[in-house]
Amino acid sequence: RPFFPAAASSLLQPKRPHAPTQGIPMAPTSKMALGIKRASRSHTYHRRGLWAIKAKHGGAFPKAEKPAAVAEPKFYPADDVKPRTASTRKPKPTKLRSTITPGTVLILLAGRYMGKRVVFLKQLKSGLLLISGPFKINGVPVRRVNQAYVIATSTKVDISGVKVEKFDDKYFARDKKTRAKKTEGELFETEKETTKNLPEFKKDDQKAIDAELIKAIEAVPDLKNYLGARFSLRDGDKPHEMTF
Amino acid sequence: MVKGRTGQRVRLYVRGTILGYKRSKSNQYETASLVQIEGVNTREDVAWYGGKRMAYVYKAKTKSNGTHYRCIWGKVSRPHGNTGVVRAKFTSNLPAEAMVREKGQGLHVPEQHLKG
Repeated sequence: RPFFPAAASSLLQPKRPHAPTQGIPMAPTSKMALGIKRASRSHTYHRRGLWAIKAKHGGAFPKAEKPAAVAEPKFYPADDVKPRTASTRKPKPTKLRSTITPGTVLILLAGRYMGKRVVFLKQLKSGLLLISGPFKINGVPVRRVNQAYVIATSTKVDISGVKVEKFDDKYFARDKKTRAKKTEGELFETEKETTKNLPEFKKDDQKAIDAELIKAIEAVPDLKNYLGARFSLRDGDKPHEMTF
Repeated sequence: MVKGRTGQRVRLYVRGTILGYKRSKSNQYETASLVQIEGVNTREDVAWYGGKRMAYVYKAKTKSNGTHYRCIWGKVSRPHGNTGVVRAKFTSNLPAEAMVREKGQGLHVPEQHLKG
């Protein structure tokens, strides 16, 4: 029970059993009276522990310092316009189709490598899929692809031996072109085309990934030829009746 | 279109014919077109194509974007009738010539945008 100073001890007295007083008419005890006492100034003072706060600060209530008065701004904006609050919406991570699992063979439907059958490695943070031909088999390098432009087949390759941790979206970011300041004479010359060579480390990464992949692929009969061939629709083909 | 590449031509789309606009006997509504997709003959078959994109590809005399080919994109919206005809909405209404053209210009229903 909390410690109460003596002054309030009267409140703590246990209720005496009400023996009926003979013959003397008395007003019935009202329950409200009890509540009024409990809400009284002194009772709430004790209940809120204001005495303890005072004791902690050496007998006086701590006074909060008033913040320095804001100086009147020199200019007020012309219109009373509310500044737009920044959106706190966070887009959800892209959902990967249930048919696409690491090692699935995918058919690319658009872009430079359309029709190629390709091995899916993992989904990157941006939602794009990381794929590799492998390069030796069908010329598709380690690349990113959007899920929507892909058909998942039921063929799977075992990629448990492939290390894909080092690939992320930053790996595929374009190099920023540094534009040299043009002097007046050069303004009319077209910018020199810098030949884009694939950096050596990217070629090595490709080889490293493909080494593991090709091992897994060659273990399965015909898979290498399958990945080397392109997918195409022929006359009479009905995609809605195909199982991929 | 194949960008001047030599090598395998790969067809990843299904061909289709534009039959006309959505219409009643004497009124037509050009915002939606009716399309017959090759090989699709029943209403149940159409379900696979729902939501798939379509491209009406045609040639023009002048080059735009580096090529003589131009394209109007659209989507399969719903089946039309019981025998595999499909309703489609394009980003801009199809021109009436679309219904007349035969080979070389046509409707492609790419296999893209497969969900699951």
